[in-house]
Amino acid sequence: MASDAIEVGGLSFAYGNRPALEGIDLTVAPGEIVGLIGPNGSGKSTLIRVVSGALAGYNGRVRVTGLDVATTSQRDLARAVAVVPQEPRFGFPFTVLEIVLMGRHPHLAGLAFESEADVGLAREALERCGAAEFADRPIHELSAGERQRVVFARALTQQPRVLLLDEPASFLDIRHQVELYDLVRQQAREQDVAVLSVLHDLNLAAEYCDRIVLLREGRVAASGPTDEVFTYANLTGVFETEVYVDTNTLTGKLLVLPLSGRAQRKLRED
Amino acid sequence: MLTARRLTLCCLGFLALLLAALAIGVSFGSGEVSLADLWNQGLSERHQAILFQIRVPRVLVAALLGGALSIAGVSFQALLRNPLADPYVLGVSGGASIGGVVALTLIELPALAALIPQPLVVPLFAFAGALGALVLIERIATVGGRLTVYTVLLTGAIFNAFSAALIYFIQSVASLEELHAIVFYLMGRVREMPMDWIGLLAVAILIPATLLFSHGRAFNALSTGEEGATQLGVDTERLKRRTFILGALLTGIAVAMAGLIGFVGLVVPHLLRLWLGPDHRLLLPVSFLGGAAFLVLADTLARTLTAPNELPVGVVTALVGGPFFLLLLRRRGASHGF
Repeated sequence: MASDAIEVGGLSFAYGNRPALEGIDLTVAPGEIVGLIGPNGSGKSTLIRVVSGALAGYNGRVRVTGLDVATTSQRDLARAVAVVPQEPRFGFPFTVLEIVLMGRHPHLAGLAFESEADVGLAREALERCGAAEFADRPIHELSAGERQRVVFARALTQQPRVLLLDEPASFLDIRHQVELYDLVRQQAREQDVAVLSVLHDLNLAAEYCDRIVLLREGRVAASGPTDEVFTYANLTGVFETEVYVDTNTLTGKLLVLPLSGRAQRKLRED
Repeated sequence: MLTARRLTLCCLGFLALLLAALAIGVSFGSGEVSLADLWNQGLSERHQAILFQIRVPRVLVAALLGGALSIAGVSFQALLRNPLADPYVLGVSGGASIGGVVALTLIELPALAALIPQPLVVPLFAFAGALGALVLIERIATVGGRLTVYTVLLTGAIFNAFSAALIYFIQSVASLEELHAIVFYLMGRVREMPMDWIGLLAVAILIPATLLFSHGRAFNALSTGEEGATQLGVDTERLKRRTFILGALLTGIAVAMAGLIGFVGLVVPHLLRLWLGPDHRLLLPVSFLGGAAFLVLADTLARTLTAPNELPVGVVTALVGGPFFLLLLRRRGASHGF
């Protein structure tokens, strides 16, 4: 059996005295898309950060493409793992192309400049993310959604074996959400990239994820194939709110809608 | 986009600018002698002495210190991800100025004069003060083995305030003569140095500067935040610590040699970033050369404007740099959000 691209075993992490993750077990195989779902503060982003190597001092086992995250250099890790953060930050007015080329950093030797091939990779990634037209604009002039596509292009330029996505679609309109996740799926299926993605949109998760890990208060509440995890009982239990669950008649996938307080009261009265 | 070719061309251009500034610096001064004389008619011994023992060392020191301050400025701006950081923001200058001021009050002690050659008393004391501050601030700002940039900044600000208070205290008990020396020292003045020492100064500045140049691409990645840089493969902890120590060393050397010369480390990097873009692989070397040229020219003005009296060069850099900087911010700042 091919080894898993992400292996997390018995992972615990605390910010100071405040535990954020407790006893997490999780695997993602190459070519697989796993969705990380859970309410705010359930530890999704923390888990992404630990796997990316950005948070030291965890307990348990975290391996990415066979590399032990605790002992592997950041450079070697970044050659295998790319992250699309929730809110990317930009300190100086770099152009979009310069930002995307930063994805080549872990692949370049000490003082080397980006080669033609590197620039080619960056431009191709921008093209695929529908951001080629921004290439020469300062990153600060872009909207949040446009920036998110640029950061995704940077992640592709990093040529990772593992993609960690922390709600990459949160600032995107529905067309760009779909285009982004189509790209994610393409990376997984064609390049055998393992994807672990935090998602708030349950319907996107239902559409794109092979498996779901449901987090609640830093623990795995449920995990398994998407259809098995996305049940009325699991969702209402984890999110502590009423939802409307149906089947999308076009795709056969799950359809989940939140219910307003008024709708929930009405439901209870009926 | 930065290519090796663009980097080379820009560096050559700024090298030419620096050479021109050096030529101007050597040509003007309170003594009646210029480079043209050297070419046209040869020089008397007295004029040669002015040129090679006073002006040449002086412009070389100014160039080295200007370069050191600018590159420290760029590095601290990259470290703090803030274009308004300057070399003095992290507090090491406070320690250096305490050292320098203490030296000025002790300089007449015969015991000290027997121990250290007199022109070196102030620089050595100031540099010791800078090193002390560096170690202290690094210790305080390291929490759980990690250097927290925010804490460095706060520690630096508090340390600077503390140093200022200590200096006011020393000033208030100093004699009138000492007070005069202290005030002029703090305003910043480039000192002549014997040629033998300039080689040493060059090595002390060029080694940390070169180490900082080599981190250009990592500084670019750091602009996406510490975590972002880590995820792009940068050893962020090592980068932060090195930047702080190397930048602080350069600042310490500059303050030790010339007191607090303001604006060089702020205006030069800022101007060049607006002009040539934020890529640190270019910004670091070009700021070094540009800062060197700027301080050489400012020092030439300081020497000649009110000749035979000399203005503190810190006054010139602030008088020229301040309004220019504001103008720049008004014209270009709005479009970049900086």
